[in-house]
Amino acid sequence: MLDYSEKVIEEFRNPKNMGEIKDADGIGQVGNPTCGDMMWIYIKVRDGILTDVKFKTFGCVAAIATSSKVTQMVLNKPIDEALKITNKAVAEALDGLPTVKMHCSLLAEEGIKAAIEDYFKKKDKKEG
Amino acid sequence: MREIYLDYNATTPIDPRVTEAMAPFLSDRFHNPSSLYQKSKITKKAIEDSREKLATLIGAAPKEIIFTGGGSESDNHAIKGIAFSLMKKGKHLITSSIEHHAVLHTCKFLEKIGFDVTYLPVDRYGIVNPDSVRKTIRDDTILVSIMYANNEIGTMEPIKEISEITREKGVIFHTDAVQAVGKIPINVNDLGVDLLSLSAHKFYGPKGVGALYIRKMLRIESLLHGGMQERGKRAGTENIAGIVGAGKAAEIAMEEMGEEKDKIKPLRDKLENELIKRIPEIIINGHPSNRLYNTLNIAIKYIEGEGMLTFLDFEGISVSSGSACASGSLDPSHVLLAVGVPIEHAHGSLRFSLGKYNNYKDIDKVIEVLPPIVEKLRSISPLWGKR
Repeated sequence: MLDYSEKVIEEFRNPKNMGEIKDADGIGQVGNPTCGDMMWIYIKVRDGILTDVKFKTFGCVAAIATSSKVTQMVLNKPIDEALKITNKAVAEALDGLPTVKMHCSLLAEEGIKAAIEDYFKKKDKKEG
Repeated sequence: MREIYLDYNATTPIDPRVTEAMAPFLSDRFHNPSSLYQKSKITKKAIEDSREKLATLIGAAPKEIIFTGGGSESDNHAIKGIAFSLMKKGKHLITSSIEHHAVLHTCKFLEKIGFDVTYLPVDRYGIVNPDSVRKTIRDDTILVSIMYANNEIGTMEPIKEISEITREKGVIFHTDAVQAVGKIPINVNDLGVDLLSLSAHKFYGPKGVGALYIRKMLRIESLLHGGMQERGKRAGTENIAGIVGAGKAAEIAMEEMGEEKDKIKPLRDKLENELIKRIPEIIINGHPSNRLYNTLNIAIKYIEGEGMLTFLDFEGISVSSGSACASGSLDPSHVLLAVGVPIEHAHGSLRFSLGKYNNYKDIDKVIEVLPPIVEKLRSISPLWGKR
């Protein structure tokens, strides 16, 4: 097994915020099953705050752990703060990732950004 | 927690009888077999006894066996050795797309320095069509190298049919039999191969020692140049303890191979049948029947292998996976892709390879814990809900 930190293993073992949000305000779909990693992030927004965040992930230990971590990091945060989340911050919050797994943390960052982007797109349409 | 080891194709534990046979050569019997005093005769004789045991295991003459540093070295020696000794005659080699990296990467190296290699495709079970070997042989073909049994999916190749063709065409034939030797009866003369690689740690011997069978009269360049050990074919003071261990492991395999198969095959079959029954949407990789009796490779759709492997590891169960994540690279197993497993399913593959120390309790534990692991990971996977 790869040399994962205890935090990665714990997060993988008991992932938080797993699942879907039926009436999500934004959905971010990043990655691709042929690459072995795919992450869907669902968000609920109220008054500019991410009041609910959920994920579904097809991927390895690191992909599942970073999904779980990033959803916790942005939950109940204002959108502009959530947009500042970097893959490095996600990796650091897990006490680091093996070098070959850093791309998984990138997916987590991209997933959140894609979900927020989708939220704005839907909002523009509604208000448009 | 007791470990349930199900990765015998990766390596095997050393049989205690092997350790016992090796012990004196890690203490008192240290003498260099090339030296001239009497004590050296003991180590010299130990090597020759071992050579005889390995020769017996594969139906060869002792003089046709050289000891190497393992399966990878044997493969390198066979392929580079023939390439270098016959490069004036031709520069074309033929192999398959599902070989071990010890063969594939050696061929890639030869391509870099001017050789030409054909990588034959396989069918959906992993079998090389002998007819495609016949059609691919050219006037400048100097070597065909096809594995005996595949390490990932266990499929066994039609070695005898291929050797009939190479014989007829006058081309040298090497087989990487690392996964087969010690598991099934092998006779190099019946098979008709010119070179055969084997590795001791795949049949309860020590790591770091293997052998290459080189048919009598076959000229082959050395890989390691230096002293006259192994009749000038492999320089370097011999790994005597390792060689003694390999010999003992060969002797045990020769005697117990039949009963091992009778014990292991029903275990593997139970594992296969129960997993098919209990987990929906899985694919069995490899040939349904023409497959090593200890190997089960499955692709579990919609989830990724490393996660399953890790949850099994939490339960003390050791297996391997062909997923990219498990290999540390970005691509899943080249073997699974070559047999046509869709790439997203290749990421979800698990390999169970059983051995003589497994029992029904081990198998029952896997049958009990794997289905909920799969269910959990599928509940996380976006692909499962959307299938």
